Amino acid sequence: MFGYVIRRILATIPVMGVVAIFVFLLLHLTPGDPAAVIAGDYASPADVERIRETLGLNRPLHIQFFTWAGQLFQGDLGVSIFSKQPVIKLIGQRIEPTLALATTTIIFAVLLAVPLGVLAAWKSGTWIDRSVMVFAVLGFSVPIFIIAYSMIWTLSIHLHWFPVQGYKSFLIQTGTGIDGAAIIGIGFEGICRDSGRAGCGLVPFFRHIALPSIALGLVYVALIARITRASVMEVLTEDYIRTAHAKGLSPRVVLIRHALKNASVPIVTIIGIGIALLLGGVVVTESVFNIPGLGRLTVDAILHRDYPIIQGLILIFAGVYVLINLLVDISYTFLDPRIRY
Amino acid sequence: MDAMADESLVVRESLGARVRQYCRRNPTIVIGALLLLMMLIIALLASYLTPDPMKLNPIKRLRVPGEGMLFGTDMYGRDVFARTLHGSRISLLVGLSAAAVSTFFGLTIGLLAGYNRLFDTIVMRFMDGIMAIPSILLAIALVSLTGASVGIVIVAISIPEIPRVVRLVRSVVLTIREQPYVEAAISVGARLPTILLRHILPNTLAPLIVQATYVCASAMITEAILSFLGAGTPPDIPSWGNVISEGRQYFQRAPWIIFFPGVFLTITVLAVNILGDGLRDGLDPRIARQMR
Amino acid sequence: MISKHLQSFMRIGMSALLASAVLGFSAGSVMAEKVLRVAPHADLKNLDPIWTTAYITRNHGYMVYDTLIAMDGDLNPQPQMLEGWDVSDDGLTYTFTLRDGLKWHDGAPVTSVDCIASIMRWSKRDGMGQKLADFTKSMSRIDDKSFKLVLNKPYGLVLASLGKISSNVPFMMPVRLAMMDAFEAVPEIVGSGPFVFDKDAWVPGAKVVYRKNTAYVPRSEPASYAAGGKRVHVDTVEWIYIPDAATTMNALVAGEIDFWESPAVDLVPSMEGNADITIKVIDPLGTQGWLRPNHLNPPFDNPKARQALTHMVNQEDYLRAIIGDEKFWSTCPAYFMCGTPLDTDIGSEALVKQDLAKAKALLKEGGYNGETLILMDPTDIPVLHGASLVTAQMLRDIGAKVEVQAMDWSTLTSRRAEKKSIADGGWNIFHTYSTGADVSSPIANIGISGGCEEKAWFGWPCDRDGPDSLEGLRDAFSEESDPAKQKAIATKLQARAYEVVPYVNYGQWFQPTAYRSSLKGVLISPVPFFWNIELN
Repeated sequence: MFGYVIRRILATIPVMGVVAIFVFLLLHLTPGDPAAVIAGDYASPADVERIRETLGLNRPLHIQFFTWAGQLFQGDLGVSIFSKQPVIKLIGQRIEPTLALATTTIIFAVLLAVPLGVLAAWKSGTWIDRSVMVFAVLGFSVPIFIIAYSMIWTLSIHLHWFPVQGYKSFLIQTGTGIDGAAIIGIGFEGICRDSGRAGCGLVPFFRHIALPSIALGLVYVALIARITRASVMEVLTEDYIRTAHAKGLSPRVVLIRHALKNASVPIVTIIGIGIALLLGGVVVTESVFNIPGLGRLTVDAILHRDYPIIQGLILIFAGVYVLINLLVDISYTFLDPRIRY
Repeated sequence: MDAMADESLVVRESLGARVRQYCRRNPTIVIGALLLLMMLIIALLASYLTPDPMKLNPIKRLRVPGEGMLFGTDMYGRDVFARTLHGSRISLLVGLSAAAVSTFFGLTIGLLAGYNRLFDTIVMRFMDGIMAIPSILLAIALVSLTGASVGIVIVAISIPEIPRVVRLVRSVVLTIREQPYVEAAISVGARLPTILLRHILPNTLAPLIVQATYVCASAMITEAILSFLGAGTPPDIPSWGNVISEGRQYFQRAPWIIFFPGVFLTITVLAVNILGDGLRDGLDPRIARQMR
Repeated sequence: MISKHLQSFMRIGMSALLASAVLGFSAGSVMAEKVLRVAPHADLKNLDPIWTTAYITRNHGYMVYDTLIAMDGDLNPQPQMLEGWDVSDDGLTYTFTLRDGLKWHDGAPVTSVDCIASIMRWSKRDGMGQKLADFTKSMSRIDDKSFKLVLNKPYGLVLASLGKISSNVPFMMPVRLAMMDAFEAVPEIVGSGPFVFDKDAWVPGAKVVYRKNTAYVPRSEPASYAAGGKRVHVDTVEWIYIPDAATTMNALVAGEIDFWESPAVDLVPSMEGNADITIKVIDPLGTQGWLRPNHLNPPFDNPKARQALTHMVNQEDYLRAIIGDEKFWSTCPAYFMCGTPLDTDIGSEALVKQDLAKAKALLKEGGYNGETLILMDPTDIPVLHGASLVTAQMLRDIGAKVEVQAMDWSTLTSRRAEKKSIADGGWNIFHTYSTGADVSSPIANIGISGGCEEKAWFGWPCDRDGPDSLEGLRDAFSEESDPAKQKAIATKLQARAYEVVPYVNYGQWFQPTAYRSSLKGVLISPVPFFWNIELN
């Protein structure tokens, strides 16, 4: 088991290597010149050339790659071409909203989808099953921005139940330390950590994150509900379930304790695979709801050819995907006693 | 076995009865196929049914649906009905092409990977790398860095899908090459291309077709998302994504600009998804489980 | 090795985790801080207003930096950081004296050396700055508070240059920063302006935070354009960048922001009935649209073909398509904007009256043979996208074959610098616009320069031989200081421009601004300023 985990971790290294080379080549072999963007309207070609020089864009490609890779190993993702801020700082500033959005979305999706899937499997063939499946196929088919705009239109603009846009942190200042620095904690409502103004805390947080999470989560709900239904239905036909029924266990106990537990491997797998889907959806959700997270940072950076940010972000997104799937693989050993390494 | 028994029964019935029975048994396939067919007809006839979708008419901008303009006009006075109908061309073109491209390359790579260890080790590392990058981000980067054109959009949407197809094909190949009849073919000295084409390829087709429908559906959504984010099909081409993207800032004042293409897009994607589900349900459940 | 930022990030995370054990209820104890929340027209990408001409960076510059001279509402230069100036009788020596109480944000006093260095750095990047440098013999310090500028021959635009209201604005920086390479952005933002840039609170791409500079001493005169007293009535100004116009409008209506710099004109009707929102055109000069042909590539290397464009354009078509509501646009044939001192309609008959047949004939005479014209369409800028669509359709109407190449604005800015032929990936036409402050003088208006490949702006019009050429007239204008004579030269220049057609003006429009009606003291100006505004 331990050996397996080590091998599994080592296997992520070539994957990340491939991602790094791929991203680097993608950026440097395609047209478009950040120097021209930086130089602006009035710059002469000579000015643009000078800026290329100072950015190191004129050096041979392999030198640029090894310089970048060398910095990477030291945990240095470089400096944004435009804002001159360290990429790691820019990512750090944006990580909370994205992480919060992704987490609430996963929790929302799992809490809704797994019961729906189990219910559909249990009531297989009835109208309940059919409505769940129709809902699931709709979830796949309606583009995320259509859902998002419909919800903003009805729930925010007309009914005023939710804010239209933005993000509020759940972190607030809970007091002042002896050194005068603010102590940060979680509270229902209070003063924001960064701006020093009211409006943060759990209540504003959930009011702002609710619609984005639902919009982003629907595809995910559809995905998980389908897999859950299929897996549970398959397990329900197995012998030991029949045995459990025969032993006189109540259907509910059979369903939860036996069927769902044994169906958990495909469910967990799909949650892992769905992370890629989720990270992609974050980009759209953040731009519709104006959430200052990593997704918007990525799109901005790509559109302005801020190479260091794009490289850093794609590496981080890929890293998260690899990490989650590593955890998923390892979790199999706990979920399914039959799997041993 | 069941299917054969059914067929012998069915032969004796009239054509109408057979169609009715097929529809009753596979409602999803029929509904999906009909909807898709309808969209294909709309796409083919769009130029005959509507005026020029690119014709600007600034005087008639932002007209409400009705009054001669069935779906109203957009901010440049272009006919939304014409744009919506023409949009089906791009969506279907992108969806079907992406499905074809990713299936073709996925199949080729997957067959070879399933068969050759060394090739497998190298290529699967690469596929894992691509899969680790969120597909929408990869597509945005490909399109916005290389320049927008329908061709680039198709390539950009297909590339992230290829690894998924490769994995599917590879797993089918790995299962099948252990089958006695394949081992027998190898032992009597059949050549590799023969084995791949005659024994393995046919077995991958059914799951591939299903996978292709899912690629097609998600490609249409991705195309819309790319255009929505400003990194998709060239904006002078009326694709649904572009129409929605241009109309989004008017979504309170002129909701029809995004409503009609939105509904059409949803129906088309829904049709393809329903069709895919229907086809999948007809498949061997063991293979079906590996999908999605 | 983990970088420092990652460490500090992790530390914040850890302390958050620890502190979260103590769940707090601290509602109620809210500081009475006055925050003005602004949705700017673009994301602030670069912080150095000398290094880039981007308007958003210029606006940032006005928050943080100050200028020696500033333009007032009558377009006259007024002292801002200066106490005043003296001009010698021969007009060759200018003596400038700084007013009292000027301090950099790091606490050091502003000196004449700082100012000399700042002017020199600016003159390396800015067009008017370069012109001024050509006329400058020397600049020298007299004492800490005064310096003099000596010209090699008379130049009428010294004060207008130093009081330039739009990009690049000659902002003053401390000498240690002003001595830096003009082709590299300054590494820290230290100015002497009414606001201090809060670097730690800056979230590039989302939020910029400015704190009130409590050490700033405003002038006593009332504010007028960039001149007069910059009195700050709020503690903090936040620029919150929201890329989507509809989202921004909803945020304004919901009170989540206070001031929306450039709302899409089509959204204005949705806000007009709302008493909480005030809609106002605060830039009285307006904006001018440019259709820019490439003078190096056929057919637009031939003046006849360019004149065909003038006959082809009907400003009303463009303005209806890109702006819509007639309240916010007007047709205008003046190269130096309508409603400015240099406004004239000379030579404009071809533009005023659309004549497609004439345009078709001229295009043919100009040597057009049915080749495909490349039109670059920046689709992420709605106004320019709309203008590109209109031009494409018009060109087709006069029998040209057009390929609309869609791209984002940043790609366009690099593509337009290509002087290549069409076969090698060059271009024929692109659209842009320029605010009135940048167009209303022949020197500031870079589009009208006929400086050929070496000196003209992208598109490279070439008309510099003799006193009646574009360049000859621009030089004559810059040496003249008498307004009446300047006007005469500018009129000749416009007549010449309608022959040469450096660019076609596709209309003038007025960008409205929307803000919460509770705001008081919003200034009328070509640049949005955030002093003088009171929150209620």
